[in-house]
Amino acid sequence: MALSSWKELPIGTIITEPGNAREFKTGDWRSQRPIWDSEKCIHCLFCFIYCPDSSIKVNEEGKMTGIDLDYCKGCGICAEECPKEAIHMEIEKR
Amino acid sequence: MPSLKELSKNADLFTGGHRACSGCAGPIVIKQVLSVAGPQTIASLSTGCMEVVSTIYPYTAWNIPYIHVAFETAASALSGVEAAYQVLRRKGKVKGKWNLIAFSGDGGTYDIGFQGLSGAVERGHDFLYVCYNNEAYMNTGIQRSSATPRGAHTTTSPAGTVIPGKKQFHKNLVEVIAAHGAPYVAQAIPSNWADFTRKVRKALDTEGPTVIDILAPCPLGWRYPSNKTIEVARLAVECKFWPLYEVENGKYKLNYRPRKEVPVEEWLRLQGRFAHLFTPENEHIIKEIQEGVDRRWESLLEKCG
Amino acid sequence: MPIRALTGNEAMAEAMRQINPDVVAAYPITPATEIVQLFASFVADGCVDTEFVTVESEHSAIAACIGASGAGARVMTSTSSQGLALMHELLYVAAGLRAPIVICEVNRTLSSPINIHCDHSDTMGSREAGWIQIFAEDAQEAYDLTLQAIKISEEVLLPIMISTDAFIISHCMQRVDMLEDSEVQKFIGPYKAAYSLFDKTITIGPLDLQDYYFEHKRQEIEAMWKTAPVIEKVAQEFASKFGRSYGLFEAYKTEDAEQVIVACGSTCGTTRVVIDNLREKGIKIGLLKLYAMRPFPHQKLKEVLSKAKLITVLDRSVSMSTMGGPVYIELRSALYDAPKHPLLVDYIYGLGGRDIDMDQITDIALKGEQIIKDNKVEKPVQYVGLRE
Ligand SMILES: Cc1ncc(C[n+]2csc(CCOP(=O)(O)OP(=O)(O)O)c2C)c(N)n1
Ligand code: SF4
Ligand code: SF4
Repeated sequence: MALSSWKELPIGTIITEPGNAREFKTGDWRSQRPIWDSEKCIHCLFCFIYCPDSSIKVNEEGKMTGIDLDYCKGCGICAEECPKEAIHMEIEKR
Repeated sequence: MPSLKELSKNADLFTGGHRACSGCAGPIVIKQVLSVAGPQTIASLSTGCMEVVSTIYPYTAWNIPYIHVAFETAASALSGVEAAYQVLRRKGKVKGKWNLIAFSGDGGTYDIGFQGLSGAVERGHDFLYVCYNNEAYMNTGIQRSSATPRGAHTTTSPAGTVIPGKKQFHKNLVEVIAAHGAPYVAQAIPSNWADFTRKVRKALDTEGPTVIDILAPCPLGWRYPSNKTIEVARLAVECKFWPLYEVENGKYKLNYRPRKEVPVEEWLRLQGRFAHLFTPENEHIIKEIQEGVDRRWESLLEKCG
Repeated sequence: MPIRALTGNEAMAEAMRQINPDVVAAYPITPATEIVQLFASFVADGCVDTEFVTVESEHSAIAACIGASGAGARVMTSTSSQGLALMHELLYVAAGLRAPIVICEVNRTLSSPINIHCDHSDTMGSREAGWIQIFAEDAQEAYDLTLQAIKISEEVLLPIMISTDAFIISHCMQRVDMLEDSEVQKFIGPYKAAYSLFDKTITIGPLDLQDYYFEHKRQEIEAMWKTAPVIEKVAQEFASKFGRSYGLFEAYKTEDAEQVIVACGSTCGTTRVVIDNLREKGIKIGLLKLYAMRPFPHQKLKEVLSKAKLITVLDRSVSMSTMGGPVYIELRSALYDAPKHPLLVDYIYGLGGRDIDMDQITDIALKGEQIIKDNKVEKPVQYVGLRE
């Protein structure tokens, strides 16, 4: 991507697109990948409230629907905190 | 108390794509706060890990208005935002109710930004100040702060052959702010999201300056595996190193009493920053830390009546 | 139009009252304290709508100003010397964020040794912070320029400081022609922030690394380039409405002058009398009073000054480069590529508030005449009134 010239940038270094960090994918930092077992999941959402990377997907009904691997850094907190062992970590293969 | 389902509605106010280390508690704290505060919120950050990882130009993880001025200015800059809010609201130029929230590390709070925070609390600005307390200057590579616990190894209180880590006990911020007469001050932990989000709600519903000091484990600086962040946090409360309590208009209240006795040693053992204490020469420091924890706990119980 | 007898501080405080900013965050320091105190009484008496933040330091004052500006407020403050130095870190932040904050500043020397009197070392010490800097000669100018500062700063989106000389102006009672409150409001117009936290979901003050920092600095430089014509435009508007003229500098009897004395602030008044006396004796001498130190009006100065044979600079602060005072150094640099090079000589005077009088300035001027005759500067940097 060609970077903007100084004449094109908004003044004052302000960022005008809120939440555009989403364009920056941190998933490739991962050395371990969380695997979610929907059968075991009771949708307690503990994984959601403890995930540092906004990677637990929750739908309108408040149900866990999976893991967003675009951002998940593979910290393993979700697997550690899941009361039903519905998430486990596997070595990331690329 | 809102359910996690309700809290999940505000999930996108702090987005993925930030560059915090894997397993960092900082973003967990921010997300838990915003899940309660909602979109009508302005954040004021101090220079430090959370500011750096969330706003690397041209990207921002913030889906709410955000301002960062400098390291020591989370409170003072927010004072100005609050002053503008008051006058522009009087003039009808700003509508609706806004939450104004500062986020700062312990360095920006206990140390360099302490004067600014003290001044702002004394003046009585209507805002919430959240210290995500990772017990050192992490952004510059783990230097000690006045929140760093006794005995911890940091790069400026290294575990040397003569001096084994930090010599001093940490400062008690909640006590200091409570002494200002702030209407609401609390100590919290991300592992107890229910307690923390309740405190955030209470703080936002309180008029005037409110402060929450929340312990925010840092896998890099505390040296533990990234998946243990919540467990390390939980154990800090269970061993009474980090009691959950609040001070409302001068009245102390203990919010959680650990069910069984957990020696502080168990918490220390989880973290590499205390590894040097587990030697025959340094064991006495563990004892000292335990005594310090007990002393503070007893004094807290007395205040809670 | 009301005519009042006011000190420089009172004149600035009155201007602030009439501007009626949304937020003032300020901290007292001699000799600017009075501005803050007077403003506090305006707030206490309900003369303004301002939210007045009684911060616990100048560092917090400017931090609060930046926060308030980011939140869409028209913001002012006041300080001097150690206070300005304590703000130093955040002066750069204000400029980088393009926050149109106005500081009513009083020029006082910097410690150490501690001293409360006038020189320009505080203001000159922050000349690279990205702020527009304008020196006022007297209370009238302090008043008029404070009003113009709002318009200049808000148009180019750079913060601005208007300064007066400690005690000489800040505390001396002078005649000031004030405008009506309504005229001031009409002149400055309602405030519309370029951006505001309450208007849009923006991120202010992100981390800006190798890929963009340089571009953002270039924008700031461009804004400073655009400032000189804006200072002149606002001055013209002010002159056409209220009859008093300003600009980047004032050229007094420079047209045919062989020697031009360059100075800023209160010393210009004394110098003007000296010029008149010497003119009566047939000496072709003039005065260039510098209003704007930032931006430094190098192009226009070159036009006006390169015709002279000698430029005599009076510097009320010093640069530790050992090359003289800041005005001299910058002028020398500005004249480097002029078609014709006048000689230049610098007189450092008045440090720590030491007086300079007509005799001394006359002496400097006459020495200048000798330099012109010899066509040679023996000692380019000299000290006035110093015990050797
Ligand atoms: C005036 C000033 N001094 C020092 C620094 C360097 N600095 C930047 S962040 C930081 C430490 C931040 O520590 P803390 O507030 O605890 O936040 P953390 O990084 O741990 O999240 C330091 C020392 C600075 N930016 N500004
Ligand atoms: S591994 Fe960590 S980052 Fe990935 S989904 Fe689980 S908690 Fe989130
Ligand atoms: S160093 Fe610590 S506090 Fe900073 S981002 Fe990494 S884990 Fe978080």
